[in-house]
Amino acid sequence: MTEQQTRTISPRSIGTSLDRVDGREKVTGTASYAVEHADVNGTAAPLSLWLVTSTVAKGRITGVDASKALAHHGVSAMLDHTSAPRLAQTDNAELAILQDDRVGFRGQVVALVLAETSEAAREGAALVEVTYEQEPHEAELREDNATYRPDKVNPDVETDTDEGDVDAALAAADVVVDQTYRTPYEHNNPLEPHATLAWWEEREGREVLSMFDSTQGVHGVVQALAPMLGLENDQVRVRAPYVGGGFGSKGEAHAHVMAVALAARTTAGRPVRLAVTRQQMFSLTGYRTATISHVRLGAGRDGRLTAIEHAVQEQTSVVREFAEQTASPTRMLYAAPNRRTSHRLAQLDVAVPSWMRAPGEMPGMYAHEVAMDELAVACGLDPIVLRERNEPDLDPETGKPFNDRRLLDCLHRGADRFGWSTRPAGPRARLEGDWWVGTGVASATYPAMRQPGNQARVTALDGGRYEVAIGSVDIGTGARTVLTQIAADALEVEPSDIDLAIADSLLPSATVAGGSSGTSSWGSAIVAAAQLFREDHGAHPDPGVHTTASAADDPAAEDYAFHSFGAVFAEARVNRWTGEVRVPRLHGVYSVGRVINPRTARSQLVGGLVMGLSAGLFEESHRDPRFGHVVTQDLATYHVASHADVLDVDAEWLEESDEVFTPMGSRGIGEIGIVGTAAAVANATFHATGVRVRSLPLTPDHFLDA
Amino acid sequence: MDREISLVVDGASHAVTVDSRTTLLDTLRERLGNTSPKKGCDHGQCGSCTVLLDGRRHLTCLALAIAYDGSEVVTAAGLGADEPHLVQRAFLEHDGYQCGYCTPGQVCSAVGMLAEAKQGHPSHVTEDLDAAVELDDAELRERMSGNLCRCGAYPGILAAVRRAARG
Amino acid sequence: MRALDHRRPATAQEAVDLVARHPGATFLAGGSNLVDHLKLGVASPDVLVDVRRLPLDGIERVEGEDGAVLRIGANVRNSDLAAHPVVRSRFPVVARALLAGASGQIRNQATTAGNLLQRTRCVYFQDVTTPCNKREPGTGCSALEGYGRYNAILGASPDCVATHPSDLAVGLAVLDATVVVLGLEGERRIPFDELHRLPGDRPGADTTLARSDLVTAVELPLDPDVHRSTYTKVRDRASYAFALVSVAASVRMEEGRTTDVRLAWGGVAHKPWRARRAEAALAGQQITEDAVRAAVDLELETTTTNRDTAYKVAMLRNTTVMTLLDLAEEASR
Repeated sequence: MTEQQTRTISPRSIGTSLDRVDGREKVTGTASYAVEHADVNGTAAPLSLWLVTSTVAKGRITGVDASKALAHHGVSAMLDHTSAPRLAQTDNAELAILQDDRVGFRGQVVALVLAETSEAAREGAALVEVTYEQEPHEAELREDNATYRPDKVNPDVETDTDEGDVDAALAAADVVVDQTYRTPYEHNNPLEPHATLAWWEEREGREVLSMFDSTQGVHGVVQALAPMLGLENDQVRVRAPYVGGGFGSKGEAHAHVMAVALAARTTAGRPVRLAVTRQQMFSLTGYRTATISHVRLGAGRDGRLTAIEHAVQEQTSVVREFAEQTASPTRMLYAAPNRRTSHRLAQLDVAVPSWMRAPGEMPGMYAHEVAMDELAVACGLDPIVLRERNEPDLDPETGKPFNDRRLLDCLHRGADRFGWSTRPAGPRARLEGDWWVGTGVASATYPAMRQPGNQARVTALDGGRYEVAIGSVDIGTGARTVLTQIAADALEVEPSDIDLAIADSLLPSATVAGGSSGTSSWGSAIVAAAQLFREDHGAHPDPGVHTTASAADDPAAEDYAFHSFGAVFAEARVNRWTGEVRVPRLHGVYSVGRVINPRTARSQLVGGLVMGLSAGLFEESHRDPRFGHVVTQDLATYHVASHADVLDVDAEWLEESDEVFTPMGSRGIGEIGIVGTAAAVANATFHATGVRVRSLPLTPDHFLDA
Repeated sequence: MDREISLVVDGASHAVTVDSRTTLLDTLRERLGNTSPKKGCDHGQCGSCTVLLDGRRHLTCLALAIAYDGSEVVTAAGLGADEPHLVQRAFLEHDGYQCGYCTPGQVCSAVGMLAEAKQGHPSHVTEDLDAAVELDDAELRERMSGNLCRCGAYPGILAAVRRAARG
Repeated sequence: MRALDHRRPATAQEAVDLVARHPGATFLAGGSNLVDHLKLGVASPDVLVDVRRLPLDGIERVEGEDGAVLRIGANVRNSDLAAHPVVRSRFPVVARALLAGASGQIRNQATTAGNLLQRTRCVYFQDVTTPCNKREPGTGCSALEGYGRYNAILGASPDCVATHPSDLAVGLAVLDATVVVLGLEGERRIPFDELHRLPGDRPGADTTLARSDLVTAVELPLDPDVHRSTYTKVRDRASYAFALVSVAASVRMEEGRTTDVRLAWGGVAHKPWRARRAEAALAGQQITEDAVRAAVDLELETTTTNRDTAYKVAMLRNTTVMTLLDLAEEASR
């Protein structure tokens, strides 16, 4: 395997709306998702697994009585901490299930039930009687208990920053905004629940664990599980041909994957399948922490920022630490000589939080961009003018030049298209029928990331065709389609000449479909392999020759800060009687480098906007601190946007190409659509009603006095 | 309690043994191997399991198979068995999906919804309950609201259903 | 072993007898609520008495002792009822209430009687790992000091603050409907207002029906005078969500004053809340914003709210004003 310095490729298929290569399978439902794979490892149908979860938030298990469960028709086995296979490593406490009698949160896996059918497994699980010695727990995030300072915050950045003298600058500022903004617990809720099908077999005298898993990264699952199970990585094979959404929650293996691996180890080769229930997803598959953002902005009367402070309070789980990087975008967004950011956590006896689309940027930019709107009002400035006045020359965080910072271009293009210039300056200026009407804007940003550790393999096939292989996953983003386009252009052939092989850990290593890094990381590896392949094998290779390569970083990349930018414009209508909020228009303009496939890119960006709208208006997981779990644990009580809520939502992008960042010129588009969107909607509701709401979601009860 | 029931699924007759607790969804997915209807929530809150049941759009997660002995089921796989159905072609054309998991349910729902509209069924947003139904965008959105899409492909789905409604 | 038997009786009377004979039996109709509860463990019957195919699916005009009624069979699907021409023209509040509920698919499944007999969506009632007096008498009410956004503000008790989730029930409440019930003693008729009950110290019982009583029909009086009626539902999401509050109203006006005004609220109590004090205050009056506000406030004198439910008072007042102003304008046209 070679590290190859890539050259920029000429777009031919790139930039065109190639049809999704897996569209027909999806619209007919014949695409097979994780547990839908039949006939694996012989003829026996899979056993169904059901998770029994703890009903106390903290304590120890004193007894597990499965007698009634095992008497139920079709139930074949029950595993608990006394009977489950032992793990070789237990460092990752989220995954180290059934190894001892400790309960660290309500909803933790405490036993497994295997049965011939899923309904028998469900009934069996309900009949398992678990007794506990309960201990006092803490499950509520408050300002007075979020005091723990983590060493780093996700993904691996500084917990605190402090430049200049913020207090002095605030004391001297003409205008100060000093407010606290709150975002609720949010759950990713991909429509396909987390699901795994697994079986163990012996090959050449070695145990091999095979899985179909609904995951954003097959190699990541191998790397997480193998050492815990006492296996080498090549003893675990994970495939994920179709994944029904993830939004971060399938970015890392969660406890259910280990549950299936452990259960299948006891069934003598018979496959075991598990789909986590929607209710269990609220405890077991990650979520976004609630956040409390204390924001202080100091500015001159002209709106130029002299100080920015963003002090974040949020929570993690005592079982496993995850610290959301909520203040991260505050460090680079606007110019200000004095700036302080911090993250403090409450360590709670609760389910393990994890990645959810744009971790950090989503809640952080909500707070920051509503605060900026308040500053614009305080200074009597148009919000776009305020942002123009605070545009930095260099990245405030690193001091490097931005490779391509086009925030203002996005704002101006969006303003033109949205008709911003006709906006009344003050709030509560338009009443149409029963509806107050207003508009709002917010900036969006997301770091551009290329992950190390990606390789691709190009193999010549008969008839001028090529197999291009990389173990990446298409979670609905269109990766299968856009990687085909990248491969075609890199090899200078037609997309129809490419056989793309993905979603299998036997393929060359690929990093997670997350952090808007997938296409950049995998695509660069494909370009590297294709270019090296051509160097080695020429334009007319013999069938069977192949090349595997990874992409070397562009040395020039060290000199720049890479971020994508955007501007979100929202129109909000608030019913003067009921307080209901509607968003008739939501438009985003983005600078994301070159767009590989306009069709799938639009769906990605619009999908992000819709999720941001959903977070803005509806989404909230209510944890009951008395019990320790989320009680709004289904899709009837955790509202996500429905068809009726999504009116004119559209995205466009600036024509550009970021050739320093990737040989395709692209930067990544998965997260940025959700960033700033809730702020734009919130700012629009203020403009409509004059009521400033400083927490999400913007439910009707907030506007009843409007 | 096991009992044998008969179902016609996508045109093929099946005799299948189910437990009294087995849902139509689990019968299709786990007994008959038809995984076109998807299990998103299993509690009637997402619409992913929608099929056409005896000609009408229907959830299968809240239907006990035993209660639907003798029924006819058409899934998205059946709609597109030979060539994609008009609605499916429109979904492809307008990129009315991303991950594809809610998609078969959206497709079946759209087919059933268009038939309901043709029969003159009103909706929550129909202003004049006595007038003929006109499927504008607000009507289409409301009528499709029982199918959640977490990828947020709603604008594409709307465009597809609008296209299909034109015939 | 938890066995679950499925029976399909040939007649309604046979169904009633079956449920009466088996203490663990329950009726299964559309199933959209019961199947949910089977999976959650909220309901654990041992016999399902399947009444879905009983021929209780007609909608017909019947001449009764007190005049003509529209008789709606218990098994009529919610979508078919909402689409029925007589319902749409004479009882828009019924069509509107139905169409504001659930989704197209669920309305194709759910029945008229099942809709009325659906159980609360209180999150604690549906979570068998938490105490709930309605599900398990004597265990306590988790909602009282817990998640309360959907809790009752009228007629609740210290034992239960659940709200009734049906939209249809709120609509029927203003129509003075009659519920036809078949029991062990034969058929009887219950005024709609007496079907559902307040929780008191027996929150386990949602209705006044005996366990083996089978609702066979709902009858709506076909009053020769035209009443304007409608249903307004306020919810967190624009569709496919339960009510925060809802308002059903029926009005008849002459020369700008009400000759008949009826008002019921959903999302605020353990049953559809017929706002009779407010109705009395509006009798013979002009419908103005001030008059409606005053009438509503009279009705809301007995309200109990907390931090989570306080919003419902203003929301209910505003929504009632909006609904009645619109209806009065329509009635005077």
